Amino acid sequence: MDSKKLIELLETMLRIRHFEEEVGDLAARRKILGSVHLYIGEEAVAAGVCANLRQNDFITSTHRGHGHCIAKGGEFRFMMAELFGKTTGYCQGKGGSQHIANFDLGILGANGIVGGGMPIASGAGLSIKMRDTNQVAVCFFGDGCCNNGVFHESLNLASVWNLPVVYVCENNQYALSVPVKQSSLIQDYYLRKDAYGIRGCKVDGNDVIAVYEASKEAVERARKGEGPSLIECKTYRWRGHYEGEFDRHYTYRTKKEIEEWIEKCPIAQFKGYLIENNIITQEKIDQLEKEIQRELLEAVAFAEDSPAPKPEDALAGLFENE
Amino acid sequence: MREISYADAVVEAIEEEMDKNEEVFVIGEDIGRYGGAYFANPKLWNKFGDERVRDTPISESAIVGFALGAAITGMRPVAEIMFCDIMTVAMDQIVNQVAKMRYMFGGNVKVPLVIRTPIGGFHNSAAQHSQSLESWFAHVPGLKVVMPSSPYAAKGLLKTAIRSNNPVIFFEHIQLYRQKGPVPEEEYYIPFGEANILREGKDLTVVASAVMVHRVMNVANKLEKKGIQIEVIDPQTLCPFDKETILSSVKKTGRLLVVHQACKTCGFGAEIAAIVAEEGFDYLIDSIQRLGAYDIPVPFASNLEDYTIPNEQRIFSAITEFLGK
Ligand SMILES: Cc1ncc(C[n+]2csc(CCOP(=O)(O)OP(=O)(O)O)c2C)c(N)n1
Ligand SMILES: [Mg+2]
Repeated sequence: MDSKKLIELLETMLRIRHFEEEVGDLAARRKILGSVHLYIGEEAVAAGVCANLRQNDFITSTHRGHGHCIAKGGEFRFMMAELFGKTTGYCQGKGGSQHIANFDLGILGANGIVGGGMPIASGAGLSIKMRDTNQVAVCFFGDGCCNNGVFHESLNLASVWNLPVVYVCENNQYALSVPVKQSSLIQDYYLRKDAYGIRGCKVDGNDVIAVYEASKEAVERARKGEGPSLIECKTYRWRGHYEGEFDRHYTYRTKKEIEEWIEKCPIAQFKGYLIENNIITQEKIDQLEKEIQRELLEAVAFAEDSPAPKPEDALAGLFENE
Repeated sequence: MREISYADAVVEAIEEEMDKNEEVFVIGEDIGRYGGAYFANPKLWNKFGDERVRDTPISESAIVGFALGAAITGMRPVAEIMFCDIMTVAMDQIVNQVAKMRYMFGGNVKVPLVIRTPIGGFHNSAAQHSQSLESWFAHVPGLKVVMPSSPYAAKGLLKTAIRSNNPVIFFEHIQLYRQKGPVPEEEYYIPFGEANILREGKDLTVVASAVMVHRVMNVANKLEKKGIQIEVIDPQTLCPFDKETILSSVKKTGRLLVVHQACKTCGFGAEIAAIVAEEGFDYLIDSIQRLGAYDIPVPFASNLEDYTIPNEQRIFSAITEFLGK
């Protein structure tokens, strides 16, 4: 991989990390309301997968969706404005954290319903095939989604119809409080590929290059008309299930386990690798982070200064005028 | 009398019924060690363990369907679906299986099954976590539909639900979980089909459920100062529905307003209005009014959400305009 691409991967991960830290802070200060589910610790997945996508490729996202949105090209200020419930947000303040979408960027929506995006991504794959457009649809979903009926219905049909869909399972090992080992006897969800006769693999979801390589292959196959794949990324969420869960996550996992995963930080690992291989210097990284931070503060200011919707705006937009 | 929260009242009701009857068990997401997505109370799991407090994967059709299968073969499951919006994922099991089974099979089977699910809203939860879908279920013959507005009602009605040999959809409300209220130490049951008159008045009958009961009661206090006396009735159960209490109230006041969180079109208010129009037309001295959420998905931003779902101000002006005062 060339160094430009490697540095882009780092930048995407850093953008996600900084955004999420800021959002966590804003949520704690009640500047952002509603539930926010942060992606911290899982950045390598969105960054590695989306680095293979073109702007007109599609993704569907989840309740933990900020990372996917950023990696697919979502802009801080429009995302932030959405989280603030302002008219300048991606969804005019009607969606909020769990419902960011931008159709120009191929972001077909975050989702408040676990599994909601699976058939939608698959349907986008169907449309790509029918319209013959050489695009790809990527479906991000959690381990928690793997035991909902839509998982089976989606993968089965996409495989029989040979659709250009890449299913990316973000196995962070918990669905809210329920550990994967309590939900499934076979905890490697990628093995289900064989049930559908499709390709698939398991990767270290904290290793951005591994994620990039695995999804590159899957995306290329999909683009060539060789059908869907199932990629399972093993990773971990550092924060509570949602901001405000506070210490309740210690009821289902230990502080030690969390700390062990923080040790495996996808960003720290990758920074180390890049510096060691003289691809980037620490100074350059510092500068990059400073720029991201500046852009972020501008985004927050943009969101704060943007107008709130007028209450009656609630009534607009249910249907297109006919 | 001691005061406990609505959430604790729910847990207490289940605990008492589990103590009494080994057939009672709970099944749902994050209800074990975690103590429920909202409750933070692992009391049931601590006491009864994994066997009778069953955490499931995110498999809503399975939660309801397993509960149904167990219910018709000798158990008394209390299933939990994390949001009423998510009941949609289990809709075949609820509508075509749970509701139909007893009747369709000639009355040859008992279906002692409770599905608990909370209504959300009022806290920026947006379109997929803020719906109040009770009227969908009231529309399906074969389901009892319960909607308590206080800790006292939650406990007494849930105990009745668990004792019932019929399927019960039990709507709780996330906004009410922390609210405290008097609940006696002694055991009690509240029968289905008995509306609760929270406040007597002569000028107008207002019917409201769940959170709207509290909003209407606050408005009633303000109206009192203006010399307006409204009668506030909480039906408590939508199926069976206590129409007598409402009809006799309308007979006294001559006017009816129904307030609900659900959107107006085809909300349960439409049913209440129709009942009163059919059976209490002669009592009415004015048209029947309904106040529900606007017919849109609930938007995220605070001011949009507040505009969408009836707030106290909107309830207040609906009443004063209605009465021409
Ligand atoms: C169908 C459905 N069931 C339950 C929920 C409540 N819920 C929201 S997120 C979540 C856990 C999801 O776990 P997972 O898919 O592993 O994603 P993660 O949060 O770990 O990223 C649950 C149970 C929901 N939103 N939708
Ligand atoms: Mg998970």
